[in-house]
Amino acid sequence: MNVGLFIPCYIDQFYPNAAIATLNLLSGLGITVKYPVNQTCCGQPMANSGFEHLTQGCNDLFIDNFAEFDYIVSPSGSCVLHIKDHLHSPTAEDKALGIRKKVYELTEFLTDVLKVEKLSARFPHKVGVHQSCHGQRGLMLAQMSELVDAPFSKPLHLLKMVEGLELVELSRPDECCGFGGTFCVAEEAVSVKMGKDRVADHVNHGAEYITAADMSCLMHMEGILRRQNSNVKVLHIAEILSAQ
Amino acid sequence: MSSGTKDHAALSDIFNKDEERVDWHDETLWFVRAKRDKAAHNIPEWEALRESASLIKNNVLSNLHNYLIEFEEQAQKNGVTVHWAVDAAEHNQIVHAILKEHGVNRLIKSKSMLTEECHLNEYLKQNDIEVVDTDLGERIVQLAQEPPSHIVLPCIHKKKEEIGELFHEHLGTPEGMSDPVFLTAAAREHLRETFLTRKAAITGVNFAVAETGEFVVCTNEGNADMGAHLADVHIACMGIEKIIPKRKNLGVFLRLLTRSATGQPITTYSSHFKKPRPGQQMHLVLVDNGRTTQLSRPDFRNSLKCIRCAACMNTCPVYRRSGGHSYHTAVAGPIGSILAPNLDMKEYSDLPFASTLCGSCSNVCPVKINIHEQLYKWRQVIVKEGYADPTKKLAMKAMEFTLSSPFVYKNAGKVGRWFMKHAPFTVNNKLNLWYQHREMPAVPKESFGEWYKKNKKND
Repeated sequence: MNVGLFIPCYIDQFYPNAAIATLNLLSGLGITVKYPVNQTCCGQPMANSGFEHLTQGCNDLFIDNFAEFDYIVSPSGSCVLHIKDHLHSPTAEDKALGIRKKVYELTEFLTDVLKVEKLSARFPHKVGVHQSCHGQRGLMLAQMSELVDAPFSKPLHLLKMVEGLELVELSRPDECCGFGGTFCVAEEAVSVKMGKDRVADHVNHGAEYITAADMSCLMHMEGILRRQNSNVKVLHIAEILSAQ
Repeated sequence: MSSGTKDHAALSDIFNKDEERVDWHDETLWFVRAKRDKAAHNIPEWEALRESASLIKNNVLSNLHNYLIEFEEQAQKNGVTVHWAVDAAEHNQIVHAILKEHGVNRLIKSKSMLTEECHLNEYLKQNDIEVVDTDLGERIVQLAQEPPSHIVLPCIHKKKEEIGELFHEHLGTPEGMSDPVFLTAAAREHLRETFLTRKAAITGVNFAVAETGEFVVCTNEGNADMGAHLADVHIACMGIEKIIPKRKNLGVFLRLLTRSATGQPITTYSSHFKKPRPGQQMHLVLVDNGRTTQLSRPDFRNSLKCIRCAACMNTCPVYRRSGGHSYHTAVAGPIGSILAPNLDMKEYSDLPFASTLCGSCSNVCPVKINIHEQLYKWRQVIVKEGYADPTKKLAMKAMEFTLSSPFVYKNAGKVGRWFMKHAPFTVNNKLNLWYQHREMPAVPKESFGEWYKKNKKND
């Protein structure tokens, strides 16, 4: 199995530990993972701002870097959803469509492709799980509270394999944190208020850590926690699933 | 509603100055969302119902012309006078002409977001005709001289103490009295006289049945019925998308509408109006006002499936924390944000951006409108049509330049992180909107790309 590691730009620049944990987690499961060094960004920040027509450069780069792999795995539901929904190429549309079918968010790759049933991780802490919207409602990593359908959750399924980990219940299990890409600065007041409310739900239920399958939500919530001088920390789910 | 020059972000910023009020507003609407969830989960076939409703509405939109003709024919057979209005102005003129013909200068109105969309109240006021809104919530915002902030719960932004003050001023209730039961009784008593003395009544329409020419109005207070039954002239105003093919389709829509809206199984009254009683006149105004334009936009046409339940507002984390008035349009929230740009792209160019694209709106929508996907698509249209903020345009161009080249990206990343580490004041300042209420991420000593190069040389 030939797996390409897609590391979103802001994880590359600000959260290398989440990327290293993803790499180690996959390697630990016996997967050969390659990181194409010329990757930059999926183009989502521009597309979500209404500038999808400026993303062809990003699309072309993505295709050059990733077309060769059997699977493409990324520790970000949001960036994966963008590729799945919007990767196009006027010159190599077949390659673009191929990529859209073989790109996976990390927890869905572990659950659906590798069918992981056991992990050797240990993390003896109280953890709140933030269901990032694009992963949850876009990639359907977990059942959505709005729908009348059977419950399931790929991230929770994996976290339950971690020794010592205690999950905390939330009042609103899948409310958005308010990051929303450029929304976080364009609509600063609402974005911050949403973030404060989301963080409070975790803190009030005794979480020591907040985790998610998307680092961007965590970056936003971390910014708020640190401004509040809180002891509560954020960790990408890959860091918990590979914790020793 | 005119907001001056303020956009959604600026109006939300003002709304958020009072955090306690934001919390109250959020909790109040979340309570309604929770009631909706409970009601939906009591129906095992809920998702199948939504799918049925969606398919029926798709059929209506694909055959709208035929259904409208059929509906008009049947309604005329029933003795209803049918009018067609191409836009808000014509709608208002038609209503005015009917009132003039009957020498009416005072009337009552119930359940009509369409007349809000057409600004009928203002128009009639300018023509010296007095309109009294009879639904409690609408009456409250009318007394406060404000537009509704929500299409189902028009005064949800007002606390009961504020309503007590308004009633004290306008209806003479005791000062400081804010008991909802008392205030409702006071409003009812006050309105009773109005009902008995007005000769004309305007109502909205929830569903118009093509097969029979009848229309259905769903209310909890029964005001639409009382108004229409006591008046000599009943004028019903509807958008042309309110058509459903058959009476039996109501079995799908009535089950969905109120459960989605407030979590009730059904409204107290689902009133069917078919023909005028002897001596009464019944008029029906069918309004386009941009709907056929929206129908011609492939990406946005299915927004016309909307049955105005407001579930998307109640669930929207942005709406709950910005209030309906921040949308500066008659229909607020996610659905308003995909409808309004069709009416005036420049005026409402901010609304499709007033969302995190979380997708909760599309999941609660009883007719399965892909609201969040349409928000994304409107953003592309608005930018292409030239309504994007010029500073944003520059930033996006810079981003394109940086992210299209691995070489530029790596160096920009290095420089950015160097500045954040060695000159944090360049980013940690008031001009950086992120930093006003959030810390910047801590700066790692190297990027993942740099780490990989050092540690995984075998690649």
